[in-house]
Amino acid sequence: MASVTFLHADGTSATVEALDGMSVMRAAIINDVDGIVGECGGQAMCATCHVYVQGDPGLPPVGTDEEEMLECTAATREANSRLGCQLKAGRDFESLTVRVPERQ
Amino acid sequence: MNSQGAARAVVIVGAGQAGFQCAASLREKGWEGRILLVGDETEPPYYRPPLSKEYLRAEVSSGELPFRPGSFFERSGIDLILGDEVRSIDRGARRVLLASGARLDYDELVLATGAVPCLPDVVGASLSGVAVVRDRRHADELRERLPQCRSLVIVGGGFIGTEVAASVAASCEVTILERWPRVLMRSVSAPVAQRVREVHESHGVVVRTGSVVTALNGAAGRVRSVQLADGDALDADVVLFATGVAPRTALATAAGLDVSDGVRVDVALRTSDPHISAIGDCANFPSAFSAGRTRLESVQNAADQARHVAERIVTGTVRAYGTVPWFWTHQYEDKIQIAGIAGENDECVISLGGAAQAFSVFRVRGEAVVAVESVNAPHDHIRARKRLAAGAIPLAELCALGQPPLGGSHRGLQPRKPTP
Repeated sequence: MASVTFLHADGTSATVEALDGMSVMRAAIINDVDGIVGECGGQAMCATCHVYVQGDPGLPPVGTDEEEMLECTAATREANSRLGCQLKAGRDFESLTVRVPERQ
Repeated sequence: MNSQGAARAVVIVGAGQAGFQCAASLREKGWEGRILLVGDETEPPYYRPPLSKEYLRAEVSSGELPFRPGSFFERSGIDLILGDEVRSIDRGARRVLLASGARLDYDELVLATGAVPCLPDVVGASLSGVAVVRDRRHADELRERLPQCRSLVIVGGGFIGTEVAASVAASCEVTILERWPRVLMRSVSAPVAQRVREVHESHGVVVRTGSVVTALNGAAGRVRSVQLADGDALDADVVLFATGVAPRTALATAAGLDVSDGVRVDVALRTSDPHISAIGDCANFPSAFSAGRTRLESVQNAADQARHVAERIVTGTVRAYGTVPWFWTHQYEDKIQIAGIAGENDECVISLGGAAQAFSVFRVRGEAVVAVESVNAPHDHIRARKRLAAGAIPLAELCALGQPPLGGSHRGLQPRKPTP
C-alpha cells in the first residue's frame, strides 16, 4: 500500500495510506486531511488540490491540462507545484511527501 | 428563540454541492454559531459530476463520491441531518419545520434545494427501463441495467445526455434524440456542437436532431421502443430522459418568496426575505455575465455562490456576487471548457489551437468577447477565465493579429456568423 504524508503550514503533518490508483487528492479527502479541496472531483479543472512535492520522488512530468491549471492556483506556483488529483498511488509513487499550501 | 445570548444558527436546506460548500465555508471563514445542513438523501453529501461519467462506467466506486468523510462534519461542528426534508418555513418566527416533525430555529436560512429532472409528458414514461440521472440512486439504477442493455435511447442532447452516451458507447448501441437542430443547443455554439456530434458519430452513436418523442411503447411493463413524431420507432431496452431540470422552488413559493424560474435573489444572493438566501441550481440571480437574470446549473456556480453567501453571513458585509461562470464536460478524449455566458445570437470567431483537434470559439457581442468555448485548448480557457473576471474582452484585442491577445497560438482566425 502506498502512503502520502501531508505537511501543514502550522507544523503538523498527517500520513495516510492510499490504495493503488487512488490520487493524492482523494487520499486526502477520504482521510479528512485539511487543506485539499478537490472541487471538480479530480478532473484537473479547478486547481484546488494544489500541493508542493517534497524531495525528488521521480514523478511523471506535468501534463498539459495540469500545466494550465497550475497557472491559476490560489497560492504561488513553485517548481515543485503539482495537482494532487493527477498523482496516482502505485502508478506514480509508493511513498510521497507533499506540503499543503495555505490557500486553495 | 434567537434572543441575545443564544447561539446563532444557520440552517442550510439541501446537501448537494452548494449546501455542503456553504456549510464548510461558514466554518472555514469563522462562523461560531450552529450550522445545520439538511438533506433529503440518506447518504452524506457527494460529488455529482462522476454520475454521468466515471461512476456510470464503474471506474469510480461509491466510496469515492463523498465530499468528506463523516469525521469532517463532527470535527467541524456541522449538524448533518440526512433523510429528512424541510416542509415549511415560518419566516416570522425564523423557524423551519421538517418532515420528521423537528423544528429548527435559524438566524440565517440558505436555500440550496437544487433541481429535479423534467420528464416530458409522454405516454409510457412510467414504464420499467425508463431512467434519469440526477442523484446516486438514479445512477445506480442505470448502472445495473447497462450490462443487459443492447440499445439505449437517450432523449435530450444536452450535457447529461451526451456525457452518458460517451460513457456507454463502447458497450451498447446508443441513439441520442434531440428535438432542437443540434446537440448542446443551450450550452455551446454551433461549431462546438458540430464537433461533439462528429466525435459521437465516430464512436458509433447515432445522433438524430429535430426528433420529437411522442410515446414510449412497452410490453409486460417494460419499455421496448420509442415512438417519434416523424413516424419512426426505435428499439430500446433502456430509455434515458436527459431533458433538463427544473429548480426546486415549492418550499420558497409556499413561504411567499419571489419565485420565477428559480428562487429570485438580488446581487448579493438574498431572496425577497433578507434573512433567506438562495444558491446554486435553484437560484435565479442577476448576473453581470448574462443579458439579464439567469439560473446556472454547474459545480462552479454552486460552490462560488455558497462561498459568497458564507462570507456575507460571517462578515455581515454585503457585496455583489460576480464570479465568472465556467463549465466543463469531458467526453471520450475531448475536454470542453466554457468561460462566460453567450447568447444564441452572439457571433463566433474560431481560433485553431496548436494541437490537432484543439480549437476555441470566441463568442462576440457587439465589440466584445463575452464567452470562450475551448475544445482541448485549456490554455485558452484559463486565459479567458482570468480576462473575463475584469469584464468583457474588447474585440480589438482579439483581432490584433500578430499579438495574440489571449496567448497561445491563434493561427487562422476566422470570423464567422453563427450557423442556425
